[in-house]
Amino acid sequence: MSYYFVFQIFNIFLADKAFCRKPLSGTLQLTRTHSVLTEDASGLRKETWILHSLVCLVERQPPMDSGHPLRVHCKNFQVLQLIIPQETDCHEVHMSLLRLSQPERYEDLYCFSYNPKSDKDESTCKWNFIDAKADYHRMKIPNQLWQTTSTNQDYRVCETYPADLYVPKSATLPVIVGSSKFRSRGRFPTLSYYCKETHAALCRSSQPLSGFSARCLEDEQMLEAIMKSNPGSQFMYVVDTRPKLNAMANRAAGKGYENEDNYANIRFQFMGIENIHVMRNSQQKLLEVSELQSPSIADFLLGLENSGWLKHIKAILLAGVFIAKAVAVEGVSVLVHCSDGWDRTAQVCSVASVLLDPFYRTLKGFMVLIEKDWVSFGHKFSHRCSHINGDPKEVAPVIDQFLEVVWQLMEQFPCAFEYNERFLISLHHHIYASNYGNFICNSQKERRDERIQQKTHSIWPYLWENKCEFMNPLYRPDRSQSQGVLSPNTAPYCFKFWRGLYNRFDKGVHPRQSVLDCLMAIREESQQLEEELILHGQKIAKLEKERGTSMKRHSVVSSTDIWAQSDLDLDHLCGSMRALPLISFGQQRGSDGALLVRPRNTNKGSDLDLSGSSDQESGVGDLNCRLSSGSESLPSEDIIKNPDLAEAIYSVA
Amino acid sequence: MEFAELIKTPRVDGVVLHRPFMPVVEGTLCLTGHHLILSSRQDNTEELWLLHGNIDAIEKRFVGSSGSIIVKCKDLRTIQLDIPGMEECLNIASSIEALSTLDSVSLKYPFFYRPLFEVIEDGWNSFLPEEAFKDLESMTDEWRLSEVNKDFSVCPSYPALVTVPKDIDDDTLRKVSTFRHGGRFPVLSYYHKKNGMVMMRSSQPLTGTNGRRCKEDEKLINATLRAGKRGYIIDTRTITVAQQAKARGGGFELESNYPQWRRIHKAIERHSLLQESLIKLAEACNDQSHSMDRWLSKLEASSWQSHVKEILTTACLAAQCIDREGASVLVHGTEGTDSTLLVTSLAQIILDPSSRTIRGFQALVEREWLQAGHPFQQRCAQSAHSNGKLRGEAPVFLLFLDCVWQILRQFPCSFQFGEAFLLLLFEHAYASQFGTFMGNCAADRAKLKLPQKTVSLWSWVNRAEELERFTNPLYEPNGLVIWPSVAPQSLLLWEGVFLRWNRSSKWLDEAYDEMVHIIEYNKELQNKVNSLRRQLAQLETEDGPLQTP
Repeated sequence: MSYYFVFQIFNIFLADKAFCRKPLSGTLQLTRTHSVLTEDASGLRKETWILHSLVCLVERQPPMDSGHPLRVHCKNFQVLQLIIPQETDCHEVHMSLLRLSQPERYEDLYCFSYNPKSDKDESTCKWNFIDAKADYHRMKIPNQLWQTTSTNQDYRVCETYPADLYVPKSATLPVIVGSSKFRSRGRFPTLSYYCKETHAALCRSSQPLSGFSARCLEDEQMLEAIMKSNPGSQFMYVVDTRPKLNAMANRAAGKGYENEDNYANIRFQFMGIENIHVMRNSQQKLLEVSELQSPSIADFLLGLENSGWLKHIKAILLAGVFIAKAVAVEGVSVLVHCSDGWDRTAQVCSVASVLLDPFYRTLKGFMVLIEKDWVSFGHKFSHRCSHINGDPKEVAPVIDQFLEVVWQLMEQFPCAFEYNERFLISLHHHIYASNYGNFICNSQKERRDERIQQKTHSIWPYLWENKCEFMNPLYRPDRSQSQGVLSPNTAPYCFKFWRGLYNRFDKGVHPRQSVLDCLMAIREESQQLEEELILHGQKIAKLEKERGTSMKRHSVVSSTDIWAQSDLDLDHLCGSMRALPLISFGQQRGSDGALLVRPRNTNKGSDLDLSGSSDQESGVGDLNCRLSSGSESLPSEDIIKNPDLAEAIYSVA
Repeated sequence: MEFAELIKTPRVDGVVLHRPFMPVVEGTLCLTGHHLILSSRQDNTEELWLLHGNIDAIEKRFVGSSGSIIVKCKDLRTIQLDIPGMEECLNIASSIEALSTLDSVSLKYPFFYRPLFEVIEDGWNSFLPEEAFKDLESMTDEWRLSEVNKDFSVCPSYPALVTVPKDIDDDTLRKVSTFRHGGRFPVLSYYHKKNGMVMMRSSQPLTGTNGRRCKEDEKLINATLRAGKRGYIIDTRTITVAQQAKARGGGFELESNYPQWRRIHKAIERHSLLQESLIKLAEACNDQSHSMDRWLSKLEASSWQSHVKEILTTACLAAQCIDREGASVLVHGTEGTDSTLLVTSLAQIILDPSSRTIRGFQALVEREWLQAGHPFQQRCAQSAHSNGKLRGEAPVFLLFLDCVWQILRQFPCSFQFGEAFLLLLFEHAYASQFGTFMGNCAADRAKLKLPQKTVSLWSWVNRAEELERFTNPLYEPNGLVIWPSVAPQSLLLWEGVFLRWNRSSKWLDEAYDEMVHIIEYNKELQNKVNSLRRQLAQLETEDGPLQTP
């Protein structure tokens, strides 16, 4: 952009979705990358920053007494309501937001100017923080049956695939190239996940160009090679994630699906997951439901049903369950494809991986999975997330659905995941925002050409550094539910509306006290206590030693006794102590003069956002089912001060 | 003995039992007067002891010469018994049917049950109105305990002792009782210590079509207002329903006669509709079609969640009038024994921190449900599998527990008890060895001599080993008013009741254990650190002179 844009309007109002709270007045500043809303009410300066690349829709609304409302919808499901006194200003803000939220070129995205305070050397090494190749080593690939192929170096065979690919050892170069010519966009069958225990492989590709009768010997050989790379099995599954009707329609365009008669020993299966256009409309309907003002239960449930969203989520999970069962239980290899093999295929392969392998249920494993099955295999993030101005028909919530399936699994298996809901929500935010370069562009090749790694930063080190915020306190790798393959219940009542994501900014609808926060605080306190225990133990030992043998042991228990009585593991404690930064610990003098640990109840208010009366008492607003806006914390007297609300309640009388 | 006549076949061998989430057991089926027992006569195999009172409905199926009985329980569990022999099967089925629908109260199990535990504190005396009044007296002198109903003649569904405004004498109460449905004149339900405002409850006034009035009634409720203050009357029915009630002699308080009161109508449904809702919900939860659309539309059509929302909204409104508006409130519906109690008891959960403790919650159930005359025997005679003509069955108390559960979910650290305690009350309200939930009102309980002849549920609960099971590990006393959200996004299906037997809770139980472990470990560490600190302080003072020569 040739100029640094700054635009400022005073006396602007910020209201929440439903106009139900008294709007707060402030100043709006537009910069090239952010809109900054500064509220200066009641002497407290509060800023709300809106990243322009997160803005997906700006709507003008009919004028009101106080000015001209502008409704700003963000891709992270935040909705802001600005009321601008002057119409010309409103128009100007509207136009500017439209322009700034839809840059024409990648270079205009925030990640190219964003610097999370680190020098260049560090940043390049941080791009290696997550290495998809290492994941194949973890799966013991290459081995005697699978090998790496250089076929796609410089993206010669398939532009949308990564450079490093894994194929059966028996698949020769002509077979690979021949197969790629028979597949949409050259996306030939290649390895996604390998199960060491059963030797079954999960492979992915795009649809074959079979039309009504076309065949390709190399493609048939390719599938046979995959099947034979699993010596224990007599057949393999080919899973077409599409509804049968869609796949048949593709035949007319010279594409389609595998004919069981032409491929030796395959079992073919449709999964009935709908395409991106259906999913986009479905999520739109879901969002309308989540944004309803004062909905009744019937409005909500019927809206949820009409959106079809949970039905789609269920279909994706069911496909994942089918594959996980084939690979882990039956020991049969699976080839998965849809049309192009970068949306539904990515969803289903990654869901199956999460079900199959506990590694992908760890924080780092999940990062690897996203990097491998989504980023490297060419899920078109920039198209799907509309990072730059493009075809609105390319936009689709494919990754949202994957994250939601994982969340639904977390609800069923609360101890099986190392990461928590907040991690998924944070990841969702960053996939759509553009602070980091990982999800910019549509393929690895494009990212290389745009020099993303040289010019932007990677999100993974940032998330890793903040991991204490993303850890699930209930995670225990040794729990039975954490190990092995997950077999989720797929009855309809097991699928729930994801309030945490879709109503993320409507604080009023969330539990007023969070078990997650509470347990995280307790865990943190326990870690500090562990440190203190060691320090005291050492001090006491030292003091006792100094006193030597001259003093007789008396009633005081010696430190060694303390350890003997306890089932705490000293080595473990010492280890965790090194790993932890020392945090000053709340303590107070007891009445007897001894230092006592403050009981949890008294310091909770400061640790957690629990006792804040404002938060709890804000629930009053929800009597009329109005959602409070997320960004501000609400004073408890709100309802009394706001005559509109107080009266609204009695207007029924 | 009457039972023996009903039991044609007391014992059958080779019966196969199918239960949710448990391995199939083969064993001997025995019928006793109160229990259906299946024992495999092997060690380490769990026996089944099912109270006949817990059986809601049975179905018979025959294949060849053997039959199956499908037993649907009031706690929503379904079990199946495969019985060899057609005759045995028919005999067992007819016995179960007869024994589970015995009309005679005196034959019910609580009269036969002898506790295997030592009764430390007799629960029948744990929550006496006199004691509750002592607490009130310590806060205010504006109320008195009236004995006007000591022989249950003024109001058959009220307890012998009721709390009324000090200036209202018993004669006035008698007059008011003739003006209120079932004699349920306005009485004190809750005193809000924070601002001295009160919540009262009653039944509808009998205004009829010609707008009858009762000066004493007006005097009674006006006596609860401070000078110059207005109060709110919350009628749990819609204005249309309230209007219709006039034709049957009921009605509502007219503005002209109660100028100091503002009336608000809400829309809590009558109990017969609530029962229908429960039947539909249970049916939806057992739908085997695995279709998402079907599940959501059946869940919606059951209206259960809508009832929960409406009840919570009304309770919030009552609480808001008291706490935020600083106004006194009178709550009533038609009879004042169902929706009225839902509102008054839930408003107390919101307003009163002590009702969120285990003991306080028991006191609330005792005061606002048992003594207030919620007809438990009638309402809980059948559960979700009732079909045919209803005789006043309704899941009103279950809805109360569901609403408490919703608030508990939103404030997981503010309740001393956990979900297990709510489940316990649900089970015992429908079928129990204890006498607590027997009868329809205090008069019934006195007549049946329940305190003398049966054991109270509270006697069993209030022992250390049981209390521990029901305690919420996350509990931190919270003295604040807790305002729940009633947005549809915030209200969830109570899976612990409605999906309890449909999906395994193994992983969730494991998570709960883990949570308990995290908290216990923290406590253990705190104790250790404290003891080390003391030890260190002691050592340092002893060493003091040595270190500074």
